[in-house]
Amino acid sequence: MSGIPHDHYEPSSNGEKWLHSRLPIVGLMYDTLMIPTPKNLNWMWIWGIVLAFCLALQIITGIVLVMHYTPHVDLAFGSIEHIMRNVNGGAMLRYLHMNGASLFFVAVYAHIFRGLYYGSYKAPREITWIIGMLIYLLMMGTAFMGYVLPWGQMSFWGATVITGLFGAIPFIGESIQTWLLGGPAVDNATLNRFFSLHYLLPFVIAGLVIVHIWAFHTTGNNNPTGVEVRRTSKADAEKDTLPFWPYFVIKDLFALAVILVVFFAVVGFMPNYLGHPDNYIEANPLVTPAHIVPEWYFLPFYAILRAFDGDVWVVIAASFLTGGIVDAKFFGVLAMFGAIVVMALVPWLDTSSVRSGRYRPMFKWWFWLFVVNFFVLMWVGAMPAEGIYPYIALIGSTYWFAYFLVILPLLGVLEKPLPQPDTIEDDFKANYGKSSTKEGAPAATPAE
Amino acid sequence: MSNAEHHEGTRRDFLYYATAGAGAVATGAAVWPLVNQMNPSADVLALSSIRVDVSGVAEGSQITVKWLGKPVFIRRRTPAEIEDARSVDVSDLPDQVARNANIEESADASDENRALDETGEWLVQMGVCTHLGCVPLGNAGDYVAESGVGGWFCPCHGSHYDTSGRIRKGPAPENLPVPPAEFVDETTILLG
Repeated sequence: MSGIPHDHYEPSSNGEKWLHSRLPIVGLMYDTLMIPTPKNLNWMWIWGIVLAFCLALQIITGIVLVMHYTPHVDLAFGSIEHIMRNVNGGAMLRYLHMNGASLFFVAVYAHIFRGLYYGSYKAPREITWIIGMLIYLLMMGTAFMGYVLPWGQMSFWGATVITGLFGAIPFIGESIQTWLLGGPAVDNATLNRFFSLHYLLPFVIAGLVIVHIWAFHTTGNNNPTGVEVRRTSKADAEKDTLPFWPYFVIKDLFALAVILVVFFAVVGFMPNYLGHPDNYIEANPLVTPAHIVPEWYFLPFYAILRAFDGDVWVVIAASFLTGGIVDAKFFGVLAMFGAIVVMALVPWLDTSSVRSGRYRPMFKWWFWLFVVNFFVLMWVGAMPAEGIYPYIALIGSTYWFAYFLVILPLLGVLEKPLPQPDTIEDDFKANYGKSSTKEGAPAATPAE
Repeated sequence: MSNAEHHEGTRRDFLYYATAGAGAVATGAAVWPLVNQMNPSADVLALSSIRVDVSGVAEGSQITVKWLGKPVFIRRRTPAEIEDARSVDVSDLPDQVARNANIEESADASDENRALDETGEWLVQMGVCTHLGCVPLGNAGDYVAESGVGGWFCPCHGSHYDTSGRIRKGPAPENLPVPPAEFVDETTILLG
């Protein structure tokens, strides 16, 4: 699978040979697990394992929660309370599932920022990046629909606001919204189809995860230097890499254990910290909560949605140029989805030939400002849409787009990058001492 | 031998296109029911009309009823609210169309075109913000009449509606729509 030269699986016993000539599944698993991995990977390369864990956690806890949940507007809220109070261990299962979604998004944002800083999206890893963005979109859809299922006030009104986004599309918006909801308003039909899709999409995500892994196993992992593994010979490649098992598996599992300590502290002692009290009030179509706030992981995009009202000159210009077809409402929707589209297109927007931010002195500043801006947008998205907050949201949204559409294209031209190490081995020696040279590459099957 | 050099249509070409065409039609016919099942079902579509007893609504107060799954505001306005609503020049409004299902579509957004009766005492409108569908709060926002009543404010994204339910400020693009409504007797309003 990998373009990096390495040892492949050789069936030894007769039984293995029998199976291998019929279904080379052991070989596939061996090559996947033994993939040569750059040995200088730092702690930001652990999020993939955390994400895989989260997907498994959500699917497993989700399947058992469904055994007790009832998707009907009259019964859904009560069935959640039934899980919380009556089902054996139900509260723990539900809190794991609720906070598992938050851990999932913590990990995915860290994973995405890692990719943005070290240029993991650049050629030849564009497909890996695009698949990752698709997974992220599906995660958002799944999380949103899952949040509707308890049928609390935030569930109902979140669903109303978000499906209302589709109603903003000119001409066909209302028909699409009605089609999505299955009626004039969020109601039983909506709850049922969200339940169906919330159950389906995680398996679609799992399929895409396999494609994601397949893609970067074909190109090889990126690494903190952005320098490619030498492929001139197996001996050279082995100086730059270590097999994924056991070296990186153990490292990743250690990181996962540390993260799970924090995760279980949250689940055990403050399980509702990231939620909203309003969602423990049953949905009421006649009363809007005083302040509708999405879950924290949607806040930056919610801030971008709200930033563009009818007083902003680009909105006025867009409305004028399209003869009123693009109004403030539709503009906000376009901006929100556009924010993700520009991020997905970053492989083609970043013009620098240097991958890693480590060797890009100007890029570093803009990148960290982008990270700070992400958290500012998250904060402002939780604030009411009045006073100073809309202005902050507007500035933050502008920077988001400027980063991808102006700064990254220009930096490639303006910036003078620092010298990069010739090989990963050089970087490894510089950072982790000389002892590694003598050991060279360990045997390909250290576990035996 | 390849058929690629034969430029005139052969029997085989015809069969290819016919098969592909039939396949496309069959696929479309199979997919359409799967898409269409998500549209509103017959019971949801069955357009209900409801009668609302408004005898208990005092001046300066409002009741909210649920019609077609959405809230409808039925408000009995005070003279101050009516005066506020009628003193506005239509050309100052962000949305200058009445949005009243009971009169012609092009009617302008004067308060007379939105109120249910001629005196303007009764105002019936959907309680659904035209931005993203939240329920606006009554007696709130920047356009409350002098006596502290009237006007609506949507808490979700800060849209302000005046005492006639017209959008004045914020992200919402349109006035609150007026549903089909009429007085069937002195104290009963028929919605739908």
